[in-house]
Amino acid sequence: MSEDTSIESPVALAGEPAVGLEQARAHGLTDDEYRAIERSLGRTPTFTELGVFSVMWSEHCSYKSSRRHLRMMPNKSPRVVGGPGENAGALEVGDGWVAVFKIESHNHPSFVEPYQGAATGVGGILRDIFTMGARPVASMDSLKFGAFEHPRTRYLLGGVVGGIGGYGNCVGVPTVGGEVMFDAAYNGNILVNAFCLGLARRGELQSARARGPGNPVMYVGSATGRDGIHGASLLASAEFDASSEAKRPTVQVGDPFTEKLLIEACLEAMQSGAIVAIQDMGAAGLTSSSSEMAARGELGIELDLDRIPLREDGLTPYEILLSESQERMLLVAERGREAELEAIFARWDLHAVVVGKITDDRRWRVQWRGKLVADIPAAALTDEAPVYDRPAREPSKVASTQGAASSAASGPPPAEALRRLLDSPNVGSKRWVYRQYDSMVQSNTMDGPGSDAAVLRIKGTNRALALKVDSNPRACALDPYVGAAATVVEAARNVACAGARPIGLTNCLNYGNPERPEIMWQFIRGVEGIRDAALALETPVVSGNVSFYNETEGRAIPPTPAIAMLGVLEDAGRRVTQFFKREDDAIILLRTAPAALAASEYAALFTSSGGSLAPLDLKRERALIEGLVAAADRGLIRSAHDVAEGGLAFTLAECCFNPDGVLGAEIDGMAQWGEAEVFFGEGASAAVLSAAANEVEKLRELFDGIEFSVIGRVTSEPRLRVAKTIDEDVRELRQIHEQAIARRLAANG
Amino acid sequence: MKWGVVRFPGSLDDADALWALSQVMGQEARALWHKDEDLGDVQCVVLPGGFSYGDYLRCGAIARFAPIMKSVVRFANEGGLVLGICNGFQILCEAHLLPGALMRNRSLSFICERVNVRVENSATPFTCAARQGEVLRLPIKHGEGLYVAPADELRAMEERGQVLLRYTDGAGRERDDANPNGSTRAIAGVANETFNVFGLMPHPEHAIEAALGGEDGLKIFRSIVMSVERTPAMASTAASSRSLA
Repeated sequence: MSEDTSIESPVALAGEPAVGLEQARAHGLTDDEYRAIERSLGRTPTFTELGVFSVMWSEHCSYKSSRRHLRMMPNKSPRVVGGPGENAGALEVGDGWVAVFKIESHNHPSFVEPYQGAATGVGGILRDIFTMGARPVASMDSLKFGAFEHPRTRYLLGGVVGGIGGYGNCVGVPTVGGEVMFDAAYNGNILVNAFCLGLARRGELQSARARGPGNPVMYVGSATGRDGIHGASLLASAEFDASSEAKRPTVQVGDPFTEKLLIEACLEAMQSGAIVAIQDMGAAGLTSSSSEMAARGELGIELDLDRIPLREDGLTPYEILLSESQERMLLVAERGREAELEAIFARWDLHAVVVGKITDDRRWRVQWRGKLVADIPAAALTDEAPVYDRPAREPSKVASTQGAASSAASGPPPAEALRRLLDSPNVGSKRWVYRQYDSMVQSNTMDGPGSDAAVLRIKGTNRALALKVDSNPRACALDPYVGAAATVVEAARNVACAGARPIGLTNCLNYGNPERPEIMWQFIRGVEGIRDAALALETPVVSGNVSFYNETEGRAIPPTPAIAMLGVLEDAGRRVTQFFKREDDAIILLRTAPAALAASEYAALFTSSGGSLAPLDLKRERALIEGLVAAADRGLIRSAHDVAEGGLAFTLAECCFNPDGVLGAEIDGMAQWGEAEVFFGEGASAAVLSAAANEVEKLRELFDGIEFSVIGRVTSEPRLRVAKTIDEDVRELRQIHEQAIARRLAANG
Repeated sequence: MKWGVVRFPGSLDDADALWALSQVMGQEARALWHKDEDLGDVQCVVLPGGFSYGDYLRCGAIARFAPIMKSVVRFANEGGLVLGICNGFQILCEAHLLPGALMRNRSLSFICERVNVRVENSATPFTCAARQGEVLRLPIKHGEGLYVAPADELRAMEERGQVLLRYTDGAGRERDDANPNGSTRAIAGVANETFNVFGLMPHPEHAIEAALGGEDGLKIFRSIVMSVERTPAMASTAASSRSLA
C-alpha cells in the first residue's frame, strides 16, 4: 500500500537552503559522510533529510568512534537479561525481579545551562529506564566541576545541584548517592553523568523493537517545541570554544511534573499488553526513536508530521524531526487497541496520538502537509551509520613520573594534613549537595548518600541492592588502563563493603576529542581496563554511554570513565555500614598492595601531581571483594569502609563519625606509621573493618593472600589516636568534614 | 480503621503513605483519585507529599481546586479527620482548612534530612499516642516549609494549643540552628481550631520502620487509630478531641 509513495522522491520545501557539501559541513558532517548519504539515497538529500542524517550520524547518536572498541566489553553472565543495544541493560537480582540500569552524560548542556542541563540529564535517563518497563527506584550522579576557586564553579555547582534536585525531587525517584569532585582540569568542561536504576518483574520487560506491519505508531507526552534542536550534533558532538555560550538555545527545558505523569501512564499502559514496542524521544527525538525501533524490527515506518502535537505554530518538518523537547515517548501499539491506550493516557491528562504506522519495506518515510519530506532506508540512519577506526597513539610522556613520592616530605605534619584533607571539598562531606536531594521517597532507602554504597531494600523480599558510582580521573591521567580498571575494582569494593555481591556495571566514558590520536589511545586503554576488571570480577557491562569532545579550546579533560556498580544482598539484614559501632572492637586493615601517594588527594593538596601507578593484581582484588561479602554474610563484622580518596587516616576518621554517637579509635598496630604514604596514600585497594575481638581469627581465614592486620581498637572516648602522631577530637574532625563545602560557599558568598 | 490517601497528579509520597498504613500498620487504606468526589466510608483522609500539579505556581494552589477537594473540605467541616503531610499541609493551607501559609525555606534550597520535633499538645487525635514534650525524630524533605501566619493569629493559635509540633534539638530545646527552614516560632505542624485537621511538614510515613532509619512516625498514625477507636461516631471526633488525653 505504500508502493505509490516509494516511487516519488521527497520534495524540497519553499525557503529551504540548497543542499550540498557546504551545507553538510555546516551540519557537522564530513565530506566523505555526505557522499555516503548521497550513495545511500541514490540522490541528493533534502534539507530535512540532511538534518536527520547529521544528528543520527553524530558521535552522540552513532557511537561512530567508539563502537568497534565497545564490542570488547564483556556483557554476558547468567544474570544478564538485556544488554547493550536496548535502551538499558538488565540483570536478574532474584525473587523474580530484574534491575535495569544505565548512566549517561549530559556534560555540554550542563556547562552551557547548568540547571536545565542537569535536570534534563536526570529526565532523560529516567525515560531510558521506564521505557524498558521498569519503575525507576533510584538515581545517582557523578559530577566533576572546575577548581572550587574558579569564578564559574559556584554558579555551575549551584545550577547543577539545583537542577538534579529540582527534577529528581519532583518526579518521586530518590537520589541515593553520587560523587562530586573539583579540579582545575574541568574548569572549561564540567561533567554531569546521571544514573538511574529501575525494577521490573522478570518477563515484563518492554521491547524497543517494532513488530507487525500495520500497527499504529503513537506519540505520547509533551507537545513538540523548538528546544534542543541539534543538541546531539552541534552541542554534544563538538568541542567547546568561546562561542559555546551562544549554543544555549540547544539546551532542552525539563518538566518533571509531566515526566511523573508519563512514568505512571506508561507503566500502566504497559500492563495492558497493548504496547508492542516503546522508546523515549531522547537525543534526535522523533527521528531516532522512530528509525531505531523500525530498524531493530527490520521494518519500516511512516510518520505524518501533521498529527504531531506542537507547542507553537510554524514548525518546519526539519524542526519537528530534530526537536529534543523533553518528556515524550513513541510507541508501537497493537492494532485495534489504540482507544484503550488513549484512555489510559487521558486519565493522566497526557497526549496520546496516532502519528503513523509500521510498514514492511524497511524505509523511514515522513509526510508533512500531504508532501513526502523524507524517505530513507531505516538502517541507513542506524546500523549503517559510519564506524571509524580512528588512529590511536600513546603520547610520548603521560605525565611527570617520579616526584610525588619523593616530595612527600614537604607536606604538613600528619595531624594538620588530616584536618586539611577533611576540609577539602573533594574528600570532605558532600552533605551540602545531597541535603538538597530527596533520598527517601519510595520507602526503600536503607543507606542513602554519604555511605560507601547506597543500599535499597526490595519490598516483599529479604533482598537489598547496593549501588555505587565511582571515577578516578587522577589515576586515569597517570595511566588510563590501570586507572579505569581500578575504578571498576573500587566501585565493586564499595558495594562489597556494604555486604553485597557485585553483579554488573554500567559506564559513562568521558573523554576528549577522539579525532586526536592520543585521546583515542586513552579511550581504548580505558575500555581495556574496564574489560579486564569486569572479566576478573565477573561483573558484565550491561549498558553504557560515551561522551567525547570534552575539550575547551584544545584542552581535554583527564580521561574520566565513571563506573556505576550494582550489588545484591540476599539478606538485607546482613548489610554493613561504614561506622564503628562498639567500644573495644578490633580495627582491621585489609590491603592488596602497599599504599602510594600517586594520584592522591594528599598529593594534589600538598605536593604535586605525577608519579606512577603500580599494576593491579585483579585476582587479589577479587579475593578481597569475596572476603568482604563472606564476612558480612556470616555476620562477622560490625563495620566496613573502603579506603579511598584521602587515604587511611582519613578513612579511620570517617569510621568514627557514627551518626548515632561518635566513637574514637586507638591505632597502634602498624610498624611503618609516620610515613605520608601509609597515612594518606590511595594507590592500594584497602578496606578498614571493625569486628568483635573474638571473631578476628575466623575473619582472617576469609582473606587468604590479602594483607590482614589488626591495627587498633574502637574506643568510647571520641578521640582518633594514630601512633604518636595524630591525637584529635573526633567531634572537631567531624565538624570540619561536614562543613567542607558549606563553609566555602558561606565564606565567599 | 479505614483510610483514604488522595492521589493528585504529581503526588509522590502517596504510595509511601499507603505502604505505611496498609503494609506496616495493617490498616485498611486505599487511594482516592483526584478527579473523583466520593470519599466512600474512610475515617481519615491523608493528603500526601509531592509536587501536586508540578507546584509550578504556589505549592498546593492548584490542588485545592481538584474535584476531590470539595469532598475533603466537606468531610473536614463535618468533623472528619484530615492529615496533610508536606505538600498535603500546603494544600490544606491553600484550601483554608488550616491557618497560615508555607513559604520558601530560609536557605532558599530544598532540604532533606532527619530532624527533631517536640510534641506541643498531646491532647489531640493526631498526637495522643505521644507524650507532651516528647521529641520525635522525623525526616523533612521540602523546599517550601517556612511556616508563617499573622502575629495575632499565631498568638491565638498558641493559646488554643493548635501548634502540635515544633522543631527543636534532640533534647527538646528550641534553638535557631535546630529550625531547619526558618519557620516562625519553629512551627512544624498545626491543627485547626476544632482539632480534626492537622498539617505537618515532616514525613511520619517515612519514619515507620527501624530498617529505614526510625519508627517515630508511628506515633502520629497510632494516635489517629487510638482516637478513632475511642470515638466510634466519626462526627463526634471534633467535639471530643480536646478532652482526649
